[in-house]
Amino acid sequence: MDERDAISAEIPSLRRYARALLSDPVAAEDLVQDCLERALSRLHLFRPDTSMRTWLFTIMHNIHANAARRRSKRPDTAPLDGATENRAGVRHGQEDAVALRDLSRALRELPSEQRAVVLLVGLEDMSYRQVAEVLDVPIGTVMSRLSRGRERLRRSMEGDDTPVLRRIK
Amino acid sequence: MTIPRPIGELELHAYVDGELDADDRAEVEAWLADRPQDAARVEAYRDQKRQLHALYDGVREEDVPARTTALFSRRKTPARSISWMRIAASILLLALGGLAGWGSHGIWQAQQDERFAFVERALGAHIVYVREARHAVEVGADEEDHLVAWLSKRLGHPLKAPKLGDAGFELVGGRLLADGAAPAAQFMYENAAGQRVTVYLRTGRDGTHTAFRFLARNGVSAFYWADGPFAYALIGRMPRDDLIGLARLIYRDVEG
Repeated sequence: MDERDAISAEIPSLRRYARALLSDPVAAEDLVQDCLERALSRLHLFRPDTSMRTWLFTIMHNIHANAARRRSKRPDTAPLDGATENRAGVRHGQEDAVALRDLSRALRELPSEQRAVVLLVGLEDMSYRQVAEVLDVPIGTVMSRLSRGRERLRRSMEGDDTPVLRRIK
Repeated sequence: MTIPRPIGELELHAYVDGELDADDRAEVEAWLADRPQDAARVEAYRDQKRQLHALYDGVREEDVPARTTALFSRRKTPARSISWMRIAASILLLALGGLAGWGSHGIWQAQQDERFAFVERALGAHIVYVREARHAVEVGADEEDHLVAWLSKRLGHPLKAPKLGDAGFELVGGRLLADGAAPAAQFMYENAAGQRVTVYLRTGRDGTHTAFRFLARNGVSAFYWADGPFAYALIGRMPRDDLIGLARLIYRDVEG
């Protein structure tokens, strides 16, 4: 498998992570596209003895962080409401649809630093060490963001402390 | 029997994520054994991981956009960071803006018009909700009066669900969405073949009227315009010529 194949093999994961991180599917596709273009144009910088997966997620994180910094000047960037409920019903199976909706809403309200860690560990199943590398922060920071993020999710899913759209039906 | 050593928050998460060796794992389990509240918390964290997969694993199986697979065709390695889709969309917008525009705005101004930044979000909402079988709408067409009254109240102006029956599309229902910090409304329609279109409304600058503008992305087409208190986007997976007929129906219905 050459390097381009190795990149290609990560596309499904990159798309899944981007969708969860950004909520807005169009913005998520753009992020994946930008990440892949950058990776392909800098393939000569990839060190063959390292993990392609970690390298790609690092690139994606950097693009996202830069874009978020630029956007922070404009207030009108809140993600589309309900957008994370995509594909509801496809994979739900035994899962409670209401719990999933609550989780997607709670996730959107997390500070983005915590959301990234919660998703890299919980959805992408990365080790703490890999996450530290992707985000370029110490492992202790990964662990404290994870702990705060998850506890916040748990509380907002249990209590009424999150604003939830009133459902009239 | 030894008293288990106290376990910290971070270690508890490391336990959930399989980051501990066997000895530490055993210590955490001993500590949890007579702490049902903490054990329940550990269970909740495990549930979160499962639920994240239930929410998002489906994305892995969705079709990869053509522009993405095109990156891996062997012929060339794109070096630019601007995607060709964006360029193509701009050119299309320019061309159609030139054809359809009769407003006072220049083409370049129209393309960069902040008032229409919501179209991206309308496209996103369309893509997400037309796939839904059971939760496509928040309030169904059987409660249309209630739906319209509710959305009118939230958007701050009287609105109505446009009638597309002449084109064979019947109202399925609608929902309230957040468009940034502002409320937006989405109405969904379906024809006998099961094809769905959505109409997205948000408040715009009062009294503004613009021409229809067009955008296509990955096979999904959108016409959008401003008319009085609202900005509209009509979205569907169909050719431009079919969609514009629906756009005209909406325009007429709202005006009438």
